[in-house]
Amino acid sequence: MDFSDTKEEAVFREEVQAWIKGNAPEYLYEPLSTSGFGSTRTGDYDPLAEAKKWQKKKADAGWACIQWPSEYGGRGATPIQSVIWNQEEGVYGSLSRTFIIGQGMCAPTMMAYASEEQKQRYLPKLASGEEVWCQLFSEPHGGSDLAGLRTRAEKDGDDWVINGQKIWTSGAHYSDFGILITRTDPDVPKHKGLTMFFLDMRSEGVDIVPIKQANGDSGFNEVYFDNVRIPDVQRLGEVGEGWKVSLTTLMNERLAIGGSIATGFPEIKALVDELRVASGSAIEDSAVRSKLADWYAKSAGLQNTASRAISALSKGETPGPENSIGKLVAGGMMQDIAKFALDLQGLPGAIMDPEIASGSARLQAMLMRSPAVRIEGGTDQILRNIISERVLGLPEDMRADKGLPFNKIPTGN
Amino acid sequence: MNFDFSDDEKMVQDQIHRYLNDNCDFSRFRSVLEGNEPYSEQVWQGLAEMGVQGTAISSEYGGVEAGYLTLCLAAKEMGAHLAPVPFSTSVYLFAEALARYGSQAQKEKWLPLIASGQVKGTIAVSETLEEARADNIATSFKDDQVSGSKLVVPQGMVADVAIVLARKSDALTLAIVELEGVSRTPVEMVDPTMATSTLVFDNSAAEELGECSDGWDALADVHNRAAVLIAFEQIGGAEKALEMAVDYAKERFAFGRPIGSFQALKHMMADMYVALKLAESNCYYAAWALQNDSVDFALAAATARVSATQAFQLCSRDNIQVHGGMGFTWEFDCHLYYRRSNYLTLMLGGLATWEDKLIGALPAADAA
Repeated sequence: MDFSDTKEEAVFREEVQAWIKGNAPEYLYEPLSTSGFGSTRTGDYDPLAEAKKWQKKKADAGWACIQWPSEYGGRGATPIQSVIWNQEEGVYGSLSRTFIIGQGMCAPTMMAYASEEQKQRYLPKLASGEEVWCQLFSEPHGGSDLAGLRTRAEKDGDDWVINGQKIWTSGAHYSDFGILITRTDPDVPKHKGLTMFFLDMRSEGVDIVPIKQANGDSGFNEVYFDNVRIPDVQRLGEVGEGWKVSLTTLMNERLAIGGSIATGFPEIKALVDELRVASGSAIEDSAVRSKLADWYAKSAGLQNTASRAISALSKGETPGPENSIGKLVAGGMMQDIAKFALDLQGLPGAIMDPEIASGSARLQAMLMRSPAVRIEGGTDQILRNIISERVLGLPEDMRADKGLPFNKIPTGN
Repeated sequence: MNFDFSDDEKMVQDQIHRYLNDNCDFSRFRSVLEGNEPYSEQVWQGLAEMGVQGTAISSEYGGVEAGYLTLCLAAKEMGAHLAPVPFSTSVYLFAEALARYGSQAQKEKWLPLIASGQVKGTIAVSETLEEARADNIATSFKDDQVSGSKLVVPQGMVADVAIVLARKSDALTLAIVELEGVSRTPVEMVDPTMATSTLVFDNSAAEELGECSDGWDALADVHNRAAVLIAFEQIGGAEKALEMAVDYAKERFAFGRPIGSFQALKHMMADMYVALKLAESNCYYAAWALQNDSVDFALAAATARVSATQAFQLCSRDNIQVHGGMGFTWEFDCHLYYRRSNYLTLMLGGLATWEDKLIGALPAADAA
């Protein structure tokens, strides 16, 4: 075992450090470092404009999407170089959140299924942040059961006509393009009648409505399609093969390695170091110590699991499914930590105002945002299904809709 | 970065794995469990022939000097196979105490005997029904003799020699005591395969560890090191318990389908896997910290210990649950892991003790 870089890795790291030192927007360091949980603070500057500016600067110097082939805007870097980049980009990397869906999920799908001409046209601008992409998958009737989606696409000449509704679309309101999964044949079993497209988000008939979330923020949207026309050349994969195409997208959900995954541990540790409770100093209280030890062991476990994945990458291996545990562990833990932290403070623990609450109300923000962490990108329950089926090899769930044509599946309404 | 064991280390693990697969199945454990023998002499000798007891002992003292990373993997195999031999007490506790705090002469005398398997060792700490503390140790050390009673000593029935925590005037010290002639009484324990006994010393000849200035601190240090090795035994056991549960859930049918297709059970096993994976990664880090005397070793050891204890407890407990009624029979092997997991949880002080040590080892500010 050895935690240091190989010689080549060290050389690369130095190159990255030097470029970041000379080019990063240092005026954003302070606000970015003190961002509340789930938000990106850029002080007096506009977050989207700053994100695009940094992304363009990286792209111009060859530091955007570094794992992509250079002809599509990357630099053909190895996975371990990508991890090193993420580690060194550090707090500035949070600016790139705007582009995660497009670069991490839409781009691999485009690379696998778009024509060469389309790849040349779209990928470099996606890498440079000049064009932002979103992913139109979830629907009011198809979340965990994604293949149950209802948005229709019907062929009309050289076009497809889209009608229906998507939901939970991150960033739709500032996106230029999106990839869209639709139902093209309701007479066959649900997984067989789907087809994937990409479209211009400014197409006529696209209506974007922000969702006001339970925590008061608005990071997601509903997207309505009313006779939206998409040319057949923007179809990704064969007609009826949309499910297969969507798996390419979902499998590319960015491995959260290189960066650190938020658990709430540093926040609660900082709180109990200062806080006093009935028995005296909170950090001396045995119940507090027991809980904290459990959470530290879990968060160290996630970090060490990530190190093992990096190690596997470094040896040219593909990290295994152990990395799917990250969000499952972190989401629940964050919710537990937040609840416990507030509880230790009594009613003042319920103060949401960052100017008054301890720790700039980060724990309170976590309390209100963590329910979503346990749902988005695969619910806790779906993740446990994935672990039990794909890692442990347990039998698949019994499906009441197996083999039924889509339009014969009971819907409950 | 290379956060993995080397091929050489894995090769040794594989040899031990194959030896134990061939020579140490559940019937060995049951033979000890049912009182036919206090430990498996045959397995102990087989391991000794392979040099396993001397894995981390310096070649100067007759060991193989293959390092702690290799010993960690050996420990994982011991845990997975529930090997009914006094390996942990001899190798992780007795030999470590000697290597860390023994005089040159003491090391020269004892370490080769442990490395070759000729001698089995242990450590004698607890005296009352409370967890051992510096203020509830009454056994005395005076004029190179110890007197007093140790209530529960793992492998006390089979050990030839023990490190004894004893009071020397106001302070505590660690002394080597040969156990021939010392009165021993077996104690019925949650895991009867650990040959646990009471030891009563009556002016028994004893020799202080040469380099031990404070017995309590030295014990804590030895426990930290042993904690990493026991943690590897725990993840070895947890992995097997999970494997048993998964295998059974695939074969057993109820309501016309394999019980492993029910989400209530699938999710339970997914949680077992998650606990195991987190513990395993923490163990890897602790192994590295042990091998390299890392500055954060105490924190790494406590972290591995806490998560490995949680993982083995969860996996052995829910393995029974997946097996249903059959899991609660003497005949099924589920209780073997349940017994071992609960014994190992308490062997170096319970979970709460290690949680407390973990927090004590955290740096004051922002530590994640």
